[in-house]
Amino acid sequence: MSEARDGHPLDGGVRAIAEAVRSGEATAVGIVEEAFRRIRESDTELHCFNLLTEEAALEAAASVDESVARGIDPGALAGVPVALKDNLCTKGTETTCSSKILQGWKPPYDATVVSRLRAAGAIAVGKTNLDEFAMGSSTENSAFGPTRNPWDVTRVPGGSSGGSSAAVAAGLVATSLGSDTGGSIRQPASLCGVVGIKPTYGLVSRYGLIAFASSLDQIGTFAVEVGDAAATLEVIAGHDPADSTSLGQPAPSLLDRLFDGVEGLRVGLISDFLADVAAPCSKAADDAGEALARAGAKVEQVSIPEMLLGLPAYYIIAPAEASSNLARYDGVRYGLRVDGPDVETMNARTRAEGFGPEVRRRIMIGTYALSSGYYDAYYGQAQKARTLVIRAFEAAYERFDVLLAPTTPSTAFKLGAKTANPIEMYLSDLCTIPSNLSGHPAVSVPFALDPDGLPVGVQVLAPALGEALMLRVAATVEAFASPSARGPVRPRPTGGEVEPGG
Amino acid sequence: MTSSAARISLDEVRHVARLARLELTEDEIATLQGELSALLDHVDKVRRLDTADIPPTAHPLPLENVLRPDEVQPCLDRDVVLAAAPAVESDRFLVPSILGDAP
Amino acid sequence: MGETAYETVIGLEVHCELSTATKLFCACANQFGSEANTNICPVCLGLPGSLPVLNRRAVELAMRIGEALSCRIEPSIFHRKNYFYPDMPKDYQISQYDAPINVDGALELPDGSRVGIVRAHIEEDTGKTTHIGGGGGRIHGADHSLVDYNRAGVPLVEIVSAPDIRSAAQARTYVAELRAIVIAAGASDGRMEEGSLRVDANVSVRPAGTPEYGTRCEVKNLNSLRSLVRAIEHEAERQVAIVSAGGSIAQETRHFDENTGLTHSLRSKEEAYDYRYFPEPDLVPVVPNAELLAAARAGMGVMPVERRRRLVALVGSEGTAEQIQTVIELDLDGLVLAAVGAGAEARLALARTANEAAAKAEGARSLDPSAFAALLGMEAGGKLSATQAKTVLAELIDSGGQPGDIARRLGFEAMESSEIDALVDELIAQHPMEWQRYQAGDPKVASFLLGQVMKATKGRANGRLVTEALEARKG
Repeated sequence: MSEARDGHPLDGGVRAIAEAVRSGEATAVGIVEEAFRRIRESDTELHCFNLLTEEAALEAAASVDESVARGIDPGALAGVPVALKDNLCTKGTETTCSSKILQGWKPPYDATVVSRLRAAGAIAVGKTNLDEFAMGSSTENSAFGPTRNPWDVTRVPGGSSGGSSAAVAAGLVATSLGSDTGGSIRQPASLCGVVGIKPTYGLVSRYGLIAFASSLDQIGTFAVEVGDAAATLEVIAGHDPADSTSLGQPAPSLLDRLFDGVEGLRVGLISDFLADVAAPCSKAADDAGEALARAGAKVEQVSIPEMLLGLPAYYIIAPAEASSNLARYDGVRYGLRVDGPDVETMNARTRAEGFGPEVRRRIMIGTYALSSGYYDAYYGQAQKARTLVIRAFEAAYERFDVLLAPTTPSTAFKLGAKTANPIEMYLSDLCTIPSNLSGHPAVSVPFALDPDGLPVGVQVLAPALGEALMLRVAATVEAFASPSARGPVRPRPTGGEVEPGG
Repeated sequence: MTSSAARISLDEVRHVARLARLELTEDEIATLQGELSALLDHVDKVRRLDTADIPPTAHPLPLENVLRPDEVQPCLDRDVVLAAAPAVESDRFLVPSILGDAP
Repeated sequence: MGETAYETVIGLEVHCELSTATKLFCACANQFGSEANTNICPVCLGLPGSLPVLNRRAVELAMRIGEALSCRIEPSIFHRKNYFYPDMPKDYQISQYDAPINVDGALELPDGSRVGIVRAHIEEDTGKTTHIGGGGGRIHGADHSLVDYNRAGVPLVEIVSAPDIRSAAQARTYVAELRAIVIAAGASDGRMEEGSLRVDANVSVRPAGTPEYGTRCEVKNLNSLRSLVRAIEHEAERQVAIVSAGGSIAQETRHFDENTGLTHSLRSKEEAYDYRYFPEPDLVPVVPNAELLAAARAGMGVMPVERRRRLVALVGSEGTAEQIQTVIELDLDGLVLAAVGAGAEARLALARTANEAAAKAEGARSLDPSAFAALLGMEAGGKLSATQAKTVLAELIDSGGQPGDIARRLGFEAMESSEIDALVDELIAQHPMEWQRYQAGDPKVASFLLGQVMKATKGRANGRLVTEALEARKG
């Protein structure tokens, strides 16, 4: 556990904050007030947040402090400021998916993960920016303007959970929730120098997560340290009867053996991506492999060529499911309505105006891939390619306990660098997509800095429900990582140079 | 950015836009034709895969028979729901005229 | 030039609302007649982030329907059927496509004919739209529409028949029987007037004896048995007129207009709508395990075909079909069986129930079977005339009591056989010509003679005894 930087408990991380609040050493109110102070200082520039819920947060914090004072258990995450990606439903609080079509919409219910966080005493401070409907890899597709990378405000934080990642990276909150459909937690985590976990599909309830691609979406966590991201995950994970795709198990224990080390573990470094990624990214993966070997693991390169089917299969399956999930935004029951002489015209105008170009693109390709005459060639084939990816993973996990890979093909790119060509943007997901197709868990751990001083993450992948082992390996990778490679970082309010957190 | 022969015709783009209820200008249709064609090029290797004996995967999960008991639970307050609606009349959601029956 | 005879080919799709307490995918009440938009939640309203969870009871009832229709109950999955319409909260319907729960069954009609059942699958119902400003609540010319989502998400089983039906009358019988089956199965209340049972008819015609099917049209909006018959008859006529004049049928969906009795085209189905079915990712497969099947089978009532068989076993099938039908439709077959069990003669019990008790069906359902049997015995034994017996029965149903007491109170006493003999002798003396024709075997005159005696005795005479007396004097 890191010690508080700048002396403020907010920088202690999830576990330290909770411990301090539960013991009365720090107040939830004090910590939350500091969070909002930092947000006011930095967020005009960074735009991590679409919306802040300061009043409610301070009330909740006061309530936590009162419980502590009265000897009532305030919860495992008592007083921990958390940011929520704005595709998670928050009762009575605007939830927009960074889209014009949902601007102003207030859900009448909380997502299950939000209820669980609240019940654990965590304090939701606001809703973070994302690529519209979680479609994108840079947060530039937000209808409300991009989020900027705290390491360099001329660069993207990654996406689609850019706001959640940057908020942790900038030290504004201790932890945040994101969603990962093709890499939308892990990629921004890597670009922002923080930890991002995508759990096993079905481990975390999707009830209240506004759907993008239902068979791929998973909610996960961000934090500066592996242990803290795991602590948040423990609270939100576990069976939910409101989600039919929720696994039957209760939340697993992830922290017990986190520092047991990697002695004797078999680690496979996926070689198939190394040629397609920038040198700092492949080097980081190699170096992480070497570090694990020094720590006692048996590390080998492994080729899993089916991994390269992932990207094209994903860009059929995800848009197809999205085209159906987003049909409900028709101007009838909630959200934007653009009038028309008849309901069909009203629907068509509402959707054309309410959805941005990337969302429209994906709805179009998805509709096409499912349409009569093309279903077998595209969606049907993609589902079969998915089977091949899953089988390839299963075969690999007979030889290895975990796999290692780069997280992203590049470090944080400049705003606007990839917006001209959608496909170039899609390539950002190369290394992360296979885990979404298989439903297996994966985590990005900040490991090094590139020659420009930008963070590079490394990915640890594990079989289904292998989180405990995966995080154990991740913790070891973290121990060998360059300390300067991870956040939080706080740019000066003028947007000048970065001050690394430590 | 266009490939020599677009994989999707302008008419097909218009047809898809109708299916998806998106009102697009002719310019937007033309742009989409290029973008969708490029994407179809990109995913073509999946289309060409030999998958003769491979079953499709709809779900990564082995679950079956996830069922709930037939017991009434409290539902949403009508006022809350209608408050979010763009147009309401007689406690119902108002829409402009519907041209035909459901397909 | 001979006229071609045409055969009508009909397939029916019946949507049946299941009588569960809650909706298919959420715990909102499944209740007809609630105030608009008061039975809705994030799931059935399709709010962003909501997810469906399948109702166990709906699965059990769907399996019951499958059993009742002799279907194979298979492992099944759900599919999304994608299309935009304001009554669809998600703009897709969760339904079943190529892996439905029940397949390959058959329905046996009362006349013994069989109609194949292709499939019976589970799907969710839509909301209800009301159209304002078009006159008569019709879509055409309406200014705007209003949507109520109370019905959205109610569980349906869609039962698809093979195109084995050959007439409007047979279609009517099929629907009536199917209705009786789903009610007996406890799966639905079958109330067409409340929309619990909705029928779409696929109608085509072809020259009699040809194997190829003609182009079919789908006729929708049939919400009573009468409409079903009228619509099919009209549609068949319409198609025959076109085809016999050398034209061809456009494949389309047509709407039945109650007022004109005509079908009119809604839209051309030149190309079927592209629903882009794909497996529903938010739900997992349903596998018929022992537990589900046992729960489905428990509580399955007695099927109409079995109820018919039981009565036929008692009374035979000669000329009894209509009475049996009436008695079952009114839920009075139990009374007949119980009366026979208490000693009543079966055919008489059936006749009196179908003809007389039926008029007071509700009261008749709580009629004491042994009292009924006793009354029937009095009639059969000649102590009461038919007319008298009917009067006593009416009183028995209305006020209970014992038939003997009622008869005495009403002054019905059996006529002595000597009285009957005397009357018959007088009759023969007064009508010599008719008596001669009677002796020659003229059936019409027999009724006349009997009628005269009944008139003279104001219905008190026992008709059977009179007939016996006449026969005895035939010589």
